[in-house]
Amino acid sequence: MTARVRALETILVEKGLVDPAAVDAIVETYESRVGPQNGARVVAKAWVDPDYRAWLEEDATAAINSLDISGRQAEHMNAVFNTPETHNVVVCTLCSCYPWAVLGLPPVWYKSPPYRSRVVMKPREVLAEFGLVLPAETTIRVWDSTSEQRYLVVPMRPAGADHMSEDELAALVTRNSMIGTGLPKTPGAV
Amino acid sequence: MEGPQDLGGKMGFGPISPEPETEEPLFHAAWEPRVLGVTLCCGALGYWSLDGMRHARESLPPATYLSASYYQIWAYALENMLIANGELSEEELRLGRMRAPGRAQSKKLPAAKVPTVLRTGGPTLRETGAEPGFAVGDRVRTRNMHPDGHTRLPSYARDKTGTITARHGCHVLPDSNAHGRGEQPEWLYTVNFDGRTLWGDDGDPNVTVSIDAWESYLDHAE
Repeated sequence: MTARVRALETILVEKGLVDPAAVDAIVETYESRVGPQNGARVVAKAWVDPDYRAWLEEDATAAINSLDISGRQAEHMNAVFNTPETHNVVVCTLCSCYPWAVLGLPPVWYKSPPYRSRVVMKPREVLAEFGLVLPAETTIRVWDSTSEQRYLVVPMRPAGADHMSEDELAALVTRNSMIGTGLPKTPGAV
Repeated sequence: MEGPQDLGGKMGFGPISPEPETEEPLFHAAWEPRVLGVTLCCGALGYWSLDGMRHARESLPPATYLSASYYQIWAYALENMLIANGELSEEELRLGRMRAPGRAQSKKLPAAKVPTVLRTGGPTLRETGAEPGFAVGDRVRTRNMHPDGHTRLPSYARDKTGTITARHGCHVLPDSNAHGRGEQPEWLYTVNFDGRTLWGDDGDPNVTVSIDAWESYLDHAE
């Protein structure tokens, strides 16, 4: 694959169709600027600011854009909120749609057939494979991103985090907790 | 299209085996980021939409699609789309060298424009003035459809009854846009199904699954 991809890029650069510096800039963006730290800021703010949480519920795209987070694969955002009774989890069964601007590029498992095929049918089993065992009475809501709407799971604020600052709270928010395949870290675990 | 991409509810792919979040690298081989970047750059050439590229990926032979990694799927589909649009030949790929200059050079994405392009993305919301056919709370039945072309109605959610839980305005219709037939924006809704509706007695009664569905995917139900 290495040779095949190198050949493809070389030909396209020779043809004047691709600027290798543009490729570098795209890669650099997702390697060092855009990642789950963006979504973590959104979640932490929703935990400490009831007005922001209400805005996120009403118009997630605008609320997220207000933190200077916007762009490709996050043009139309929806926030879904975990409660003691309901747990949310996100998938794209048709490809691998994912809110890039908010969470960065998706992990391999998110794009893989085992996750995409099973989480709509057996979400409780799938979550258990991530170490997230939910009681049978917990309702699981699975969101299949079949259009350009993208979903951000807002997990519940962990117990014992009452006096933490917004930045400290953001450090508790894991990528998986914003997809729904995990929970935030507990304060003692950071 | 019920290609290999339409995976919801398919069996036999085994357990998830996720890499731990703190250990997983963003890329697993040096060629993967190049495929990502080259694909995004080629999107700027104007030959296809995101929907068209998705269709190119799902049109790979199932045996190829299911045995390829994510970025391999991207690379194969990109080669096919460039060939189909006359910007690349099989011979060039075989030789690893250009035989003819590119035709869409004027549309080449310069590095300086990358931040703007990535920050803007490609919003699909369109103002049409069309009246919505459904309201939040309406019961709807998804259509039993099996088109040859691209669609975003997954097969597991066809011919099923659910409830509209959100309305998102009018959005570009992938079924037409993927094939160069224009955006034809339609109202877009979130439709929620309960697990037993989708999976029968094998479904978990405490599970619901939502999809986002365009108006032409839906009929009123009791």
